[in-house]
Amino acid sequence: MATAFQQQIHVALSDLKLQRTIQSATARFGEKRREVISPDVLPEYQELRDHASRLKKHTLDHLDYYLEMLEARVQERGGHVVWCSDAAAAVEAVVAIAREHGVKLAVKSKSMVTEEIHLNEALERNNIEPVETDLGEYIQQLARERPFHIVAPALHKSRADVADLFVDKLGVERTEEPEELTQIARLILREKFLSADMGISGANFVVAESGAVVLVENEGNIRMTTSAPRVHVAVTGIEKLIPRAADLAVFLKLLGRSGSGQPITSYTSFLSGPRREGEINGPDEFYLLLVDNGRTKVLADAEKRETLHCIRCGACSNVCPVYRRIGGHTYPGTYSGPIGAILTPQFAGLGHEPELPFASSLCGACGEVCPVKIDIPRMLLALRRDIKRGEAREKRWPIEKLAFQGWSWVMRHPWVFERAGLLAQVFLPPQGGDAWIRKGPGPLQAWTATRDFPPRAPRSFRRLWRERTGKFYKEPAA
Amino acid sequence: MSTRVSLFVTCLVDQLFPKVGLAMADVLERVGYECEFRQDQTCCGQPAFNSGFTAEAEAVARHFLKTFETAEYIVVPSGSCSAMIRHHFGDLFAKDSAARAAAAETGGRVYEFSEFLTSVAKVDDVGARYESVVTYHDSCHALRDLGIKSQPRRLLEKVRGVEIREMAPAEECCGFGGTFSVKMGELSSDMLDGKIQSIIATGASDVVSIDPSCLMQIEGGLRRRELPIRALHLAEVLAKT
Amino acid sequence: MPNRDRILSRVRSALGRSSGQAIPALPPPRLVIPTWSSEERIRRLQENFRGETFVAVDSDEARDFVASKAQGLAAVASNSSVLRDIGVSGLPNVQSGFVNRDELRSACIAAGVGISSASYAIADPGALVVLAGAEEERLISLAPPRHIAVVPADRVLTSLDEFFTVVPDPALESSSMVLIGGPSRTGDIEMTLTLGVHGPREVYVVIV
Repeated sequence: MATAFQQQIHVALSDLKLQRTIQSATARFGEKRREVISPDVLPEYQELRDHASRLKKHTLDHLDYYLEMLEARVQERGGHVVWCSDAAAAVEAVVAIAREHGVKLAVKSKSMVTEEIHLNEALERNNIEPVETDLGEYIQQLARERPFHIVAPALHKSRADVADLFVDKLGVERTEEPEELTQIARLILREKFLSADMGISGANFVVAESGAVVLVENEGNIRMTTSAPRVHVAVTGIEKLIPRAADLAVFLKLLGRSGSGQPITSYTSFLSGPRREGEINGPDEFYLLLVDNGRTKVLADAEKRETLHCIRCGACSNVCPVYRRIGGHTYPGTYSGPIGAILTPQFAGLGHEPELPFASSLCGACGEVCPVKIDIPRMLLALRRDIKRGEAREKRWPIEKLAFQGWSWVMRHPWVFERAGLLAQVFLPPQGGDAWIRKGPGPLQAWTATRDFPPRAPRSFRRLWRERTGKFYKEPAA
Repeated sequence: MSTRVSLFVTCLVDQLFPKVGLAMADVLERVGYECEFRQDQTCCGQPAFNSGFTAEAEAVARHFLKTFETAEYIVVPSGSCSAMIRHHFGDLFAKDSAARAAAAETGGRVYEFSEFLTSVAKVDDVGARYESVVTYHDSCHALRDLGIKSQPRRLLEKVRGVEIREMAPAEECCGFGGTFSVKMGELSSDMLDGKIQSIIATGASDVVSIDPSCLMQIEGGLRRRELPIRALHLAEVLAKT
Repeated sequence: MPNRDRILSRVRSALGRSSGQAIPALPPPRLVIPTWSSEERIRRLQENFRGETFVAVDSDEARDFVASKAQGLAAVASNSSVLRDIGVSGLPNVQSGFVNRDELRSACIAAGVGISSASYAIADPGALVVLAGAEEERLISLAPPRHIAVVPADRVLTSLDEFFTVVPDPALESSSMVLIGGPSRTGDIEMTLTLGVHGPREVYVVIV
């Protein structure tokens, strides 16, 4: 009986258009990344990863110190810090700020944490219109869909899809040219930027010592969002902190390269509060929302704390054989790909998404490319262990546990192991000669549906060895 | 310096692919090593560990350590089993520092087969001959946990008559992943599909690997498709003369 | 309990730390600065920057280049002294010296070219550093479809590492610093590169 998750996987695997699109797009990202981190282009790549990982570890291990430093600096520059325990508090805070400033229209730049707290729905419920301004996010918003990939939200849509969507939702004349589609979006969104009362952004990095948020982009919508409206609200998870501005020399070299294969993106903004004396552009008010929403839970688990190193580059998704086959929408929760597989169970609770950490062959491609050295396979194994322990406590008949207990006993008794092998032969269908099994019993069915399974060898290795040498090793007498 | 090695053939080889173990012994003997087989050996514990059953895996790991406590070189025809012992035994004994030390010590004496030949025996040419076009599949654990990439290729290059063709894309998982292969059967098969397409595209007659679990997955797929391509363990190729 | 206290107390108990507890000293930031001559920096900047770079021998040449790229277009320029010194602000079709927010905004939207200075340029990766302020309003380098940035030759730095050595805390200088690596771009539709999404589609750097 396939679970809901497995059924969704089936749907994704059967969607050939989806398959073609994700495979080719992620292959491009992966290729470009390899080019720009190769030893002749960036010889210091591994060293940078080490530094980035250590800086993240240090910051997280002393997060209270850096959060307080951050708050003081932001306030010194005339900004406001709003602490939000959970999604509800964060959403409430944004709505309150919007109300205070009479906001009817808010422009938004891409931010995974705002997806996590379901901000747009809450704004709409409160009669505030949120408009996504990153082109991919704008497309997804029109389609009323979640983002498909951390860096490329509309990765799965063809130009024809976007053309149809624009005709349907915007009433424009149909065109499939990306250039023309982009110009349509530019004009509509420009009007929004200029009339919006509030700009909402996320943050790629939050610099404690400077009281600043750092935002990385290619389109220019973040610059618009954070410069044109009178109020700027930056929403960030508390784990995004780094100690000093100069640490960006390490992080900026890794983020663009890992995520989209760019040594530097078109724009990197370093924003530290409202406009200053004499400036006429820029926001009058700056709010920095510090969101917990389960992050302190992950922080408390020293074994899995490194999950919070994530800088949301998307490199893991681009190389994951599972993500590249099922795409972002098949993953439950906000975060997809390998990082999603370890973050979502920790945020949602192990009992909520128990299959997710098992949807991996543990190939390790993700850990290999992570710029901040999150050992994702190790995290997956730890989560599997925790999930099975939880199940053992709750289930009346933990069948799998009992099976492995039996297996373990057999594996500690070699003479039983030898005979168990002989016994297994009784249950498997007889094969002639070299033939493999085409249809297996019980759990083997999932294998033999698509692959042949090897028969037990007529004589095991140990038996053949005994025949060959006449002896086994014996410990010499003491 | 000893010329005696202890074989840890792995549970899969013992029960399903004994010819791989015999081939490995043939090659080791040919390059001057005496092979012993400790009959208490069974498994490294990986199936339980990967499935989240660490207590059960730990018990099996202890049995392994006891079996091989006095062995000087432990040679394994499997990248994933070698990685389990060297990388994960320490995790299993997180609370027992004595066992952790024993695991680290024993782990230092465990070698994957191609690693042993190139780093310890220091041979690339084992006197093998095999007329064939082959492609080599990098097993994920060997590649990423143990850094084994060049060693099998160096050994294959010296086999008289062999032409090696690399797959593109390279380094892709075959989709086995232990119980993943049945728990997420559809995904596993789809990944296998990709691997088989890559193999076919090379035009090779054989796909070679150092991991019996990968070979089981790949051969299972090749046979189901009734393709004439053979799946061989590196030891089987090196044993041919 | 207010959110602030709740979060901080959760963080502290997660880490086993107490309020006011000190932290170990952090090693200095990793900053590795290449030793490139001025010529080498400019050469690398030209190679790396995703836009046209023009090296002017003097102010007149710089001004003439800007004039040629702004010809026939409504132009808006920042109040930067660099631009004044080379005579850009005085060019006939160039508007500058705005004090009214809405007027500046309208001018930027209507303009075909925005002319700004850059406080620094970075050779590798190729980028411009624009610090916002009264002398350098934000929308000028963002809204018009063409952007021309003038940077003094002695402000061409080697790397981000050097930049952070020279400006360890950009927050001290400005409410908004932006590193500009090239024109506005996206690949969001079928991974097809399109320029000029929300920002300029063309960027020119004039080194003087």
